Amino acid sequence: MGFHIGSAGEEAAIVASAAAMREVDWIFPCYREFGALLWRGMPLQGYIDNMYGNSNDSCRGRQMPDHYSGKPYRFASVSSPIGTQLPQAVGFSWAAKLKDEKIAVAVYLGEGATSSADFHTAMNFAGVFQTPTVFLIRNNGWAISVPASHQTAAKSFADKGAAYGVPAVRVDGNDALAVYKTVKAAAEEAAAGEGSKLIEMLTYRMSGHSTSDDPRAYRSEQEVEAWQQKDPIVRLRKYLESNQAWSEKDESDCVEQLRTELKACIKKAEESERPSIASMFEDVYREKPWHLKEQQRQAEQGPRHKANH
Amino acid sequence: MPEMNMVQALNSALRSEMHSDDRVVVMGEDVGQVGGVFRVTQGLFKEFGEKRVIDTPLAEGGIIGSAIGMAMYGMRPVPEIQFADFIFPAFDQIVSEAAKYRYRTGGEFSCPMVVRAPVGGGIRGGHYHSQSPESLFIHNAGLKVVCPSNPYDAKGLLLASIRDDDPVLFFEPKRVYRAVKTDVPEEPYLIPLSEAKVVREGRHVTVIAWGAMLFEALESAENAARHGIEAEVIDLRTLWPVDIDTILESIKKTGRVVVVHEAAKSCGFGAELVSLIAENAFLHLEAPPVRVTGWDTPFPYTLENEYLPLAHRITPALLQAARY
Ligand SMILES: Cc1ncc(C[n+]2csc(CCOP(=O)(O)OP(=O)(O)O)c2C)c(N)n1
Repeated sequence: MGFHIGSAGEEAAIVASAAAMREVDWIFPCYREFGALLWRGMPLQGYIDNMYGNSNDSCRGRQMPDHYSGKPYRFASVSSPIGTQLPQAVGFSWAAKLKDEKIAVAVYLGEGATSSADFHTAMNFAGVFQTPTVFLIRNNGWAISVPASHQTAAKSFADKGAAYGVPAVRVDGNDALAVYKTVKAAAEEAAAGEGSKLIEMLTYRMSGHSTSDDPRAYRSEQEVEAWQQKDPIVRLRKYLESNQAWSEKDESDCVEQLRTELKACIKKAEESERPSIASMFEDVYREKPWHLKEQQRQAEQGPRHKANH
Repeated sequence: MPEMNMVQALNSALRSEMHSDDRVVVMGEDVGQVGGVFRVTQGLFKEFGEKRVIDTPLAEGGIIGSAIGMAMYGMRPVPEIQFADFIFPAFDQIVSEAAKYRYRTGGEFSCPMVVRAPVGGGIRGGHYHSQSPESLFIHNAGLKVVCPSNPYDAKGLLLASIRDDDPVLFFEPKRVYRAVKTDVPEEPYLIPLSEAKVVREGRHVTVIAWGAMLFEALESAENAARHGIEAEVIDLRTLWPVDIDTILESIKKTGRVVVVHEAAKSCGFGAELVSLIAENAFLHLEAPPVRVTGWDTPFPYTLENEYLPLAHRITPALLQAARY
């Protein structure tokens, strides 16, 4: 597994928001939302196969780790270029509205993505056409090394809603119950025909941007430690324990079970085949044109790279 | 003379030009405090301050559009696009605006700026961190396109690009960034744009390559030599405007050509090179020109070594062209 773009610190913002969407609703991810995908029902094995890019991966080994998609789970596809999912989610929800289907679409983005041209376009269309889109900004403080304060001169990211006529709120993104409640209300209203919503979830990216990033180069230990105190999982757990809904034993059983399952998935993924050369030439178009048939033949019959004999 | 990798050589070029020309500013995502995700601008923020090394909001169209404005004002911006794959939100600003300012204003305005962007595969980046979009920019009149293969050339070409009066797309092969070291002088020096370099002489077949694929071409030339085939290898260095003289001179000698590039085959830069050769040296050709390139598919993740035109695919092409 060569790369990972984690969600530590943002679990409540991601999973509690996904949990607030009804099963008929759709999710358009940014790239830290594998928790939402698992919530939606993607088996852990499917996610791990995607991380390994093996022949069992539903994206057929074509995408980098953490660039999953899951149509059966009403979950669109991760794309690296920042912001591209936003107008797409607007169009998707707009289509549902045009067809009189009462669903909402949640679309995730980081606060950095609010600087992209696509964010402006998406918000503007959502406002003008009153689409059932719920914009979920994970304001995790950082866009790689650039602090949130460097993305906007506005007082908050929620402020941006007003300019487009899109009602906006800010919520404590590390409070799973508050996230759940806020998103649920927004999604229900959107699905009922009241137009789009913007929700800024205040949270924190606890680790580096990705496994390729060392955040010590640009932010202080104290800042990270302060957010450690607000860990969303610990908070939810304490709440559940104080209500006798969770116990020390539940916790250790759960961790143990997940660890075993994860190990098994990784083992299976590691033992799986690489995708075939033929698969590289499939899905470019629905039907393979002459030139791809010819190139496939060249690739299959030509010399193999030394690493893959 | 110190040894440097390409990241260090580029950093050295930027530092020296920022010292000698206060019109030069660096801007982009993460280029300031942290010195770029590949660390090409490391240390510049500390040395030159936030007015000349600018961390921008996340918006490529904004980065390039405002660089154009700065260039029109008389500055020499060197914007960085974090990966060439993310240049497309700025495509309009580059091809419709920067490229056309001189022409559409009868020479009143120009956009001297250097857009730096890492390109190419070989780092397990899948299709969003591996592409080679050079032909899209070559096709749009008014842009120069540069792609160095090694640290020494990278410094000399970057300095020449910054001093050039036209917009330059400066594509840095990220696979080479830390993989190759050469001697690089501390002091500034220029490698003129539009001058290719014959990096290996030979008489049987010409191989044209650039960036990271140059090393694959050289490895293939070594392999072919074991079969008695002497390949001449040309590193284009500047892709556009291309050094047609060096290419034709070599073709007149060898009569055979293999063009190598990572980008997809159809409408890739190889198509233009092969056309130029056919138009200008048809009677010297002894064999059909061969292109060894990425396939006409998106850049895949797991199968990247099967996608890239690596030595295992170039060597047989060389032998085939030579023995035709
Ligand atoms: C168009 C584009 N430009 C640059 C990048 C490189 N990049 C990847 S993630 C990122 C920062 C994103 O920050 P934010 O939107 O706040 O999301 P977060 O990573 O914090 O979840 C950047 C600059 C990209 N993927 N796409």
